[in-house]
Amino acid sequence: MSEPLLKVENLVQHFPVSRSYTVKAVNGVSFEIYPGETYGLVGESGSGKTTIGRSIIRLYAPTGGRITFQGRDITGRMSRDTRGMLRTDMQMIFQDPMASLNPRKKVGDIIGEGLDIHHRFSSRKEREEKISGLLRKVGLSPEHAARYPHQFSGGQRQRVGIARALIMNPKLIIADECISALDVSIQAQVVNLMKDIQQETQCAYLFIAHDLSMVKYISDRIGVLHLGYLVESGTKEEIFDNPIHPYTKSLLSAIPHPNPVVEKQRTAISYNYAASGIDYTAGTAHLVDGTHTVLATDEEFAAWTR
Amino acid sequence: MEASKTILRIKDLDISFRTNAGVVHAIRGVNLDLQKGETVAIVGESGSGKSVTMKAAVGLLDSNATVNRGEILYTYEENGREVTVDLLKLTKKQLRTGYNGQRLAMVFQDPMTSLDPTMTIGKQIMEGMLLHKHMTKEQAKARAIELLQLVGITDAEKRFRHYPHQLSGGMRQRVVIAIALSADPDILICDEPTTALDVTIQAKILELIKDIQKKMDLSVIYITHDLGVVAKVADYVNVMYAGKIVEVGNVEEIFYDPRHPYTWGLLSAMPDLDTADDRLYSIPGSPPNLLHEPVGDAFAARNQFALVIDKKADPPLFKVSETHYAATWLLHPDAPAIEMPRELRERLERAQKEAAKYQ
Repeated sequence: MSEPLLKVENLVQHFPVSRSYTVKAVNGVSFEIYPGETYGLVGESGSGKTTIGRSIIRLYAPTGGRITFQGRDITGRMSRDTRGMLRTDMQMIFQDPMASLNPRKKVGDIIGEGLDIHHRFSSRKEREEKISGLLRKVGLSPEHAARYPHQFSGGQRQRVGIARALIMNPKLIIADECISALDVSIQAQVVNLMKDIQQETQCAYLFIAHDLSMVKYISDRIGVLHLGYLVESGTKEEIFDNPIHPYTKSLLSAIPHPNPVVEKQRTAISYNYAASGIDYTAGTAHLVDGTHTVLATDEEFAAWTR
Repeated sequence: MEASKTILRIKDLDISFRTNAGVVHAIRGVNLDLQKGETVAIVGESGSGKSVTMKAAVGLLDSNATVNRGEILYTYEENGREVTVDLLKLTKKQLRTGYNGQRLAMVFQDPMTSLDPTMTIGKQIMEGMLLHKHMTKEQAKARAIELLQLVGITDAEKRFRHYPHQLSGGMRQRVVIAIALSADPDILICDEPTTALDVTIQAKILELIKDIQKKMDLSVIYITHDLGVVAKVADYVNVMYAGKIVEVGNVEEIFYDPRHPYTWGLLSAMPDLDTADDRLYSIPGSPPNLLHEPVGDAFAARNQFALVIDKKADPPLFKVSETHYAATWLLHPDAPAIEMPRELRERLERAQKEAAKYQ
């Protein structure tokens, strides 16, 4: 395999709330994303999946660990050059398309803001062309550039969010729950659009979501997070066909299937960390096979894989 | 099935809203039956009118709403006699003192905003009982603790004195359910009860509601957009689109033999865990704006199977079986034979095969 595009090693992100209390949101998470692939991060709310996304794009300063993007360290102080690279080659799509677009700016200016900041156009005409090209690419029409966000529906606004991320031709897009706020029929449209764009531009996605069936559909590899620990990671086949960790098993069993006869007789496996006797801090990553790893102590690993 | 009794019947309900932009015709003739002890689900996208329909039943419509037509008949027993009332004809006061909370209870979507942050959860559960059931405080407290245990909250005595912010989202939704159950309602209306919750907690809450329904002989109405949830809980399904019910049937008919193109679309748009296709089927376009009421079938513009007549006349409900009806011209005897998309048919066959193993 080629060089990883993004390498996260032992990422730690803590938030000191008061002198005696610190929120330990992310505790030693490592994974890699290769060019052109989609890595899905799943977990319940509070598991740290959004925090990881925001630490990677440096909306937070990581407490510990190392993040390497395109071979350059982006954890500590960055040189002007590195920062410029990070701010252009990595982009983010946010969860709530209502809240993430400035209501007082026209859609064209929202999309073109990156071009303005990084001076990526030589004439007004070129800027307009870039913007209308992108609007077309995400399934809107160039006339929409002169409208305000409130004139769009939820699905259209998310398309604007995607266009804004794409304008810099990024290598990596962090999609943080970008379809959770949309209706089922619109979700499918946006996911298809994201897949088309990936085929065309070869960008990589870090797809953060809690909807496992959608994550399975879009991702190549998946990481399962719980309480700030990456409990299991592997290709989607490895995770879905052979889940090892009890938390992954419970998460998979909780997805309701659109099949009434089956669904009425099935109960979800419940998982309680406090009662399970599993200590995440004691676990280390154990290789199951291929790229499939699970966080466990030696005894736990032996018991789960038996 | 003959012993079952219709407890709630919505007949030809028609509601519009006055807004600054004009009149929005949100509900355009909805019929719905709920039998005692059964679960009915209303499925649809946001803006399809599923919440408004049920809000009309509990008198929670916004002040700019007008009910143009229709009735909501609620049948209950009082002193051994059967009484039927039209909930739309009652005054707000009558609804508040005699029906809401007592006979029809509602669980809302967001447990973060449906609880009072300044009151302990115990007080909030007792409130309804003190008002409606005229219990003493001691009785109400004992019952409240019982209810907390019923909804699966451990340490009920201690939790009784907690405030909502001290509980997690799943716990809060359990409290909301306990409040809804506090006055022994006949009908529980759940408006997207698990949308704001994680999948693992969602599964627990749905199992809890099912369990309680059995114990208390409740009739439940689910409002949701998640077909997985519907498959898990519902006996009957109503698919709503643009203020109309476009397909109704029991859960097996809807999931294994859907007839309306919109239901096809909804089922295909949701990836199941075995979907291997490269592209997800998606319904093109977005739902119509009911400010400008569409002529003919409201779904025609997004329907790849639309016939010419769809753009001219609204299809009536065609009968498929005793319980299964769909509003699409495709079921008219003169319509060309159009089948559901191949991918969906294959998937439904797969689902049926899997289901056969369980029967």
